[in-house]
Amino acid sequence: MNQINQSILTLILLLPLAGAVLVALVPDRFKLPNWIALVTTLATFGLTLHLPAHFDKAQIGFQFVVNRLWIEKPAIFYHLGVDGLSLWLVVLVGLLAPIGVVASWNAIRERRKLFFALFLVQQTAMLGVFLSLDLMVYYGFWELSLVPMAILIAMYGRKDGPRAALKFFLFTFIPSAPLLVAILWLYAQTGTFDFTMLQYNIASGILPAGPLYWAALAFLFAFAVKVPVFPLHGWLADTFSEAPVALAMVVAGKLGLYSMLRFHIGLFPLQARAVAPVLVGLAVVGILYGACLALVQRDFWRLMAFAALSHLSLITLGIYGLTLTGWEGAVYQILNHGVVDGALFLLLGLLYDRYATSEINAYGGLAAKLPSTATFFVIASLAMIGLPMLGGFVGEFMILLGTFTGVSKGWAIAATLGVILGAAYMLWLVQRLFFGPESALATTKPPEDLRIGQLAVLWPLTALMLVMGVAPMLWLPTIEKGAHPPMIPSGAKALVDYDGYIRGLKPPPPSGSSFSAARIANTNSMNGEGQR
Amino acid sequence: MNSVPDIYRVLPEVVLTLTGVLVMLIDATLPPHWARRSLGWVAAFGTTFAIWTSLWQLSLPMGTGFSGTVETSAFTVFFHVLICGIVLVALLLSLDTLPEKSHHQGEFYALIVFGAVGMCLLTGAVELLLVFIALEISSIATYILAGYRKHTARGPEAAIKYFLLGSFATAFLLYGIAMIFGATGTTQIYEIARLVPTAQNQAFILAGLGLMLVGILFKVSAAPFHVWTPDVYEGSPTPVVALMSTAPKAAAFALLLRVVYEMLPMLRPVWQPLLWVVAVLSMTVGNLAALRQQNVKRMLAYSAIAHAGYLLAAFAGLGASGIAAASFYTAAYAAMNVGIFAVVTLVSGYDEKLPLINDYRGLIYRSPLLGSLLIFFLVSLVGIPFTGGFFGKFYSFAAAVGGGAIWLAIIGLLNSGLAAAYYLRLALATAQRPDDQASSAPAPRVGVAVIAALAMAVIATLVLGIVPNGVLHAAESGAHTLQAPPAEICAPLNPTVPQSQP
Repeated sequence: MNQINQSILTLILLLPLAGAVLVALVPDRFKLPNWIALVTTLATFGLTLHLPAHFDKAQIGFQFVVNRLWIEKPAIFYHLGVDGLSLWLVVLVGLLAPIGVVASWNAIRERRKLFFALFLVQQTAMLGVFLSLDLMVYYGFWELSLVPMAILIAMYGRKDGPRAALKFFLFTFIPSAPLLVAILWLYAQTGTFDFTMLQYNIASGILPAGPLYWAALAFLFAFAVKVPVFPLHGWLADTFSEAPVALAMVVAGKLGLYSMLRFHIGLFPLQARAVAPVLVGLAVVGILYGACLALVQRDFWRLMAFAALSHLSLITLGIYGLTLTGWEGAVYQILNHGVVDGALFLLLGLLYDRYATSEINAYGGLAAKLPSTATFFVIASLAMIGLPMLGGFVGEFMILLGTFTGVSKGWAIAATLGVILGAAYMLWLVQRLFFGPESALATTKPPEDLRIGQLAVLWPLTALMLVMGVAPMLWLPTIEKGAHPPMIPSGAKALVDYDGYIRGLKPPPPSGSSFSAARIANTNSMNGEGQR
Repeated sequence: MNSVPDIYRVLPEVVLTLTGVLVMLIDATLPPHWARRSLGWVAAFGTTFAIWTSLWQLSLPMGTGFSGTVETSAFTVFFHVLICGIVLVALLLSLDTLPEKSHHQGEFYALIVFGAVGMCLLTGAVELLLVFIALEISSIATYILAGYRKHTARGPEAAIKYFLLGSFATAFLLYGIAMIFGATGTTQIYEIARLVPTAQNQAFILAGLGLMLVGILFKVSAAPFHVWTPDVYEGSPTPVVALMSTAPKAAAFALLLRVVYEMLPMLRPVWQPLLWVVAVLSMTVGNLAALRQQNVKRMLAYSAIAHAGYLLAAFAGLGASGIAAASFYTAAYAAMNVGIFAVVTLVSGYDEKLPLINDYRGLIYRSPLLGSLLIFFLVSLVGIPFTGGFFGKFYSFAAAVGGGAIWLAIIGLLNSGLAAAYYLRLALATAQRPDDQASSAPAPRVGVAVIAALAMAVIATLVLGIVPNGVLHAAESGAHTLQAPPAEICAPLNPTVPQSQP
């Protein structure tokens, strides 16, 4: 078992890549690429489930760690690990992959080999982002995740794929140049790319404050474009309306939000605190702006894009509120958003495949023809809105609570308004798609409800939404352990808003913080390893 | 004195020369109507053998031969293997893409091999007259190859342009050599390095350095000496472009490294700002011009100019780190560039029926293999991690930052963002769904030799991007041998054998 624990992360990372190579080698017959991709993604999902099963929930810090020298000069380590923060995100990526395969099963008709090979490479890149603890390796996967995405958008775009792909690529590639410069600057100052060692070095205050501030800003800029945070969302709507369903459901959010928590707040707590008010403001604007634009869209892909902007801004609000409750809520909401978006995109993709339009007004009265599609869609929409008993409620509630108690009542009220608008546009979408008078579209095409493969995906997803709504304690304790480390860096005690914290859910941590002592010890042992 | 027989010092060159002569002799004895394709295989085997002999040279003690004119060291072996590797790929590529009945096919292969002799000799020469002769050998072969498609209008134009401007540039180099000889009284590089600090007439040395730089920068197609590049690349047969955009450049960069780091390290305050300016100019001019191109080969020509700029950024680095970075970048650049020209050759064909970016639309649907490979090489040229292009740029800019040229690195990174736009334009056109008329173009045929050539380029690009340690070690040991020239000519300076595995 120990053997497995040591190599599990490498296996998770390499399995999709091996699948991609296999897909590239087999002939494109009998849907062979589809089956290989499905088996690979299911196996990867199974492997990711190994992590929570053997995760020591009592322990703070990284587990399943692999740390080997990869490139000698500059010293880049193949350093992987998960903690409470990334644990469930890795599982989420694993979960969404087979859903993506099912969503592409009939939608992708030509060049299937290429599609599934690139799709699997994309999985490796995303998993790599969540698992890497060496900044250079992290940067590598971060960049790598752009390439398959851009190519697939260009290849399978609905109207003008190459334009959307170019927009997506440049929007996310150009900010990563300052990110690279900042990473290199950190290396020049400290001689390491290692996350834990950098965290320790920065917290100890040996780095010059001015450039450090700019480095933090470069990190934040790259992540904010990727999330996206208002006003950097220019790429989002085009990408959502052009990207194949399997990729649209993963393109926004997770990578950027996780990176904010881990690499922006985690590495630069003081600098993050300085810019946090700005981001809180932008996030609230984003919530309202996204919701208002979603209300007036006529195309459901674009509606989903602005809805995503609104929801992701809410999560950003939770992150930059800098409260523990907010962070837990944010991570929980990332998970929930992933699951709900997965289901919604799968269903919308089916509608688009069957009726070949994303014009909302062309639909109507589908509920009678496609009862189970309608039912699943309604449940997923309710989960997205944040109905109690479903997953969305828990995350949104925690984020809003954290904002209300820890940041400002005004922002919290404004953000809540956005949530109400969210209910408006989602329910209106449901009404226009599935209810009302039967449209010409619904009558012309023969009804064809969900098939067995799609049901096999949607049932578990719906069950998961329900479980996430009623039993959040299955996830929250682990997330809380993960959310802890960025909060109390040894050199920056002033970070936590203790007032907001006390009025929050839990008692404050002991101020002497046995925890930070443990971290310093941990870092020292890391240092030793590095020198060896 | 030296215990190593002189002939061992030039063994790869000898092997290549014999191969070339053999190819020409067989060509002359075969009946005229017989196919000449097998001669390409002869040349390819000869080149492979040359790679092997140059690796064997690592077991020799470092030192010079033929009265201090030719050197073998980890540095020369690095570049020998690189150049011969490129030549091998170019030969394999020509084997499958030259038309069956093209004229003088035997001479074509022989010229490629003779060009390789010149390039290899150029990297090993430590005597300026030999440098000049080696440069001429390699140049004349490339001039002829550039005009190989003489029935087209562009072919002879390209050859004449290349020949006139090229001869002009070599003349500059020769003047520079004469000036330096005038100042120091010798043409032996170690002697010059020793005598320069005490030389009477520093103005002569400065003028000589300037003139030599003009000649060399012309060969690497750095701005402002780049004007020939797009026209020549457009007019020459694409397999030849694959060769001449990489191998002579690699050799010229080796010469540049030798001249500035080994011959005139004292003049660093002079040449470093000059190369800084040239680097910035090359990147910016190359990228800006490439943005506006419609013809794929012209676009890649400007991209080659930009890459010369990224490479020159490494020259801002101090000593060994700069040399190692430049050597590494040369290898990475060669791998991806030779690969992309191989794909372009196959797609647009020998007579280039499909030269424009728009003609590549839907390539991935017509031929998934070539489309994917084209995108792969473009991704490497953009500089995405896990490809050679990333670490090439990384080491180059890291060396620049280490040498204190932070602005150079920032300009370089901004330039790579700019460059992504035009590489992506081609990549996305390739990935786009074809419109109806373009889909009528037939899928290119891909033969065994071409597969081997492409596989070599892909593997090299991936190895340089994922496990660069080996090549980096080789580049570093090369850099150290260049940094530590023999104290006495002909005496093996370093009794320990440089242990490196290129």
